[in-house]
Amino acid sequence: MTESAVSVEVHGLTKLYGDVKALVDVDFTVHAGEIVGLLGPNGAGKTTTMKILTGFLGATRGSAKVCGFDVAENSMEVRRRVGYLPETVPLYEDMVVYDYLKFVANMRQVPSGEVHSRIKETADVCGLSHMAGRFIREMSKGYRQRVGLAQALIHKPEVVILDEPTSGLDPNQIIEIRDLIKEIGREKTIIFSTHILQEVAAVCDRIIVIKGGSKVADGTVAELDRRVRSEERYTVTLAPTGSESPSGDVVREKLAALGGVEHVDLLSSSAAEFAFLVRSGRGVDIRHDVFQLATDNGLALLGSERARLTLEDIFRSLTGDADKLEADLRGRASASSSAEEAA
Amino acid sequence: MNPVWHIYKRELGRYFHSPIAYIVVVLFLLITGGMFWASFFEGFPELSMRRFFGDAPLFLGFFAPAISMGLLAEEKRSGTLELLMTMPVSDLQIVIGKFAAAMTLLAVTLAFTTPYAFSIGTMGDLDWGPVIGGYAGLLLLGGSYVAIGMMASSWTREQIVAILIGFFLCFVLFILDRLFTNSTGLVAQTAEYLSSNYHFQNIARGVIRLSDVLYYVSVIGICLTVTRNALASRRW
Repeated sequence: MTESAVSVEVHGLTKLYGDVKALVDVDFTVHAGEIVGLLGPNGAGKTTTMKILTGFLGATRGSAKVCGFDVAENSMEVRRRVGYLPETVPLYEDMVVYDYLKFVANMRQVPSGEVHSRIKETADVCGLSHMAGRFIREMSKGYRQRVGLAQALIHKPEVVILDEPTSGLDPNQIIEIRDLIKEIGREKTIIFSTHILQEVAAVCDRIIVIKGGSKVADGTVAELDRRVRSEERYTVTLAPTGSESPSGDVVREKLAALGGVEHVDLLSSSAAEFAFLVRSGRGVDIRHDVFQLATDNGLALLGSERARLTLEDIFRSLTGDADKLEADLRGRASASSSAEEAA
Repeated sequence: MNPVWHIYKRELGRYFHSPIAYIVVVLFLLITGGMFWASFFEGFPELSMRRFFGDAPLFLGFFAPAISMGLLAEEKRSGTLELLMTMPVSDLQIVIGKFAAAMTLLAVTLAFTTPYAFSIGTMGDLDWGPVIGGYAGLLLLGGSYVAIGMMASSWTREQIVAILIGFFLCFVLFILDRLFTNSTGLVAQTAEYLSSNYHFQNIARGVIRLSDVLYYVSVIGICLTVTRNALASRRW
């Protein structure tokens, strides 16, 4: 995004609950107008980070600045500039939507002459206009989420912090809330947490991955992909065309001898076809060589496919589930080869 | 406008919508009223509110924690405390706004008992000094109990725990002087000074002394400070 003013600046942020380390030396910067996703497994420290940024919790060590104001020393200035939707979506059940938003607007120091129009405006944006007179306790989860979002936006904050804004919503609602976040993000800095990866790809300019209280990655989806991808993986499926065709093991050795190939596994072998998982160095494309190899040896090339890393793979690789990820990638490769076989 | 005012209004609205508040107020009025009139018509009617002011302090010990138990515990349970504490309002403003709302409910409830005094007044020559003193005393005593109940409410997310702690503390303060009737000297004096009822009975005689008022103001001040610190401790 733009290299504009720094909106949120976090340095060496550490939060200890007794002996439990919720956050350890976290640093990051968010520029004005960016939409940043805080990604991490449950209990990674996303919520703690947000609670510190909004002034609800104090940090054990380190500093956090929002719009240039230190969250500890200048809490009131920070609070004026931040809109916050906690994960629990705190609402007063006994109020109707309008009164609730009015209370928040008043507390958020919206000029009293503007309160009514601001409520209308925010309710419109959040798709709540027809719900203004409803008691919050009677509303569905999706609408409660919108009220929570409206509450976070009503004072036109410079920075909006949303803790899992789409959790517990149905797929349509999730898409609506995401669109809403994108819409809001045109003008505001948004930090939101999630463990849903598509969400990050759909909404964010940048991802900060937190694991076990530490930041493990920070960048765009493409950057993270590049960082995680240490090798290329191909699923190659070949079929013997006649009795002179070489056996699976021979083909494996020939594949292994190709330039750039580091390792070859025989995934499945039958009279009709062989499937291999071929790994090569990062950025090496072996598909031309594989084709050549097939024609030279009288084999039919049924498939030669580069495995894609999904966001999940990136996430798991970054958050340290590497062994399981490995097993999964293998599983996926053999599944795709046997699917072809079945077809 | 001042955030204290908005918190105050919000809290009054909560009472207005809460069945608990109605039940507690009605129960308080029924019990204190019933006991007062029952004793009034029993034997020779006495033209004073002494009976009422004798019973009321004990029942305030139940009433005040009941109306203050939800002030913070409920906000903690529902997570709305997080909302409040990330708004541009200080912890002390939150505490004061809520305390003022509970005090308003207390004052309104006590106002419903003033017809007792007026009706006795029509029957004969009522000495108004002790009556006014008594009500001032009930407000001070009730204020202390509300502050205690609110402090208890800041320690837990369960209203039921808050009310039980509140009852306990109010009751201990209430009977403190009677626990040490056999003692003499410093112990008895200290117990007497710390007892909420002792100061109340002084005021209910119609003599408003600075030391008695100071006692209640201190209790309120201490409890509200502890409450504020309980909120602020989240940020440590």
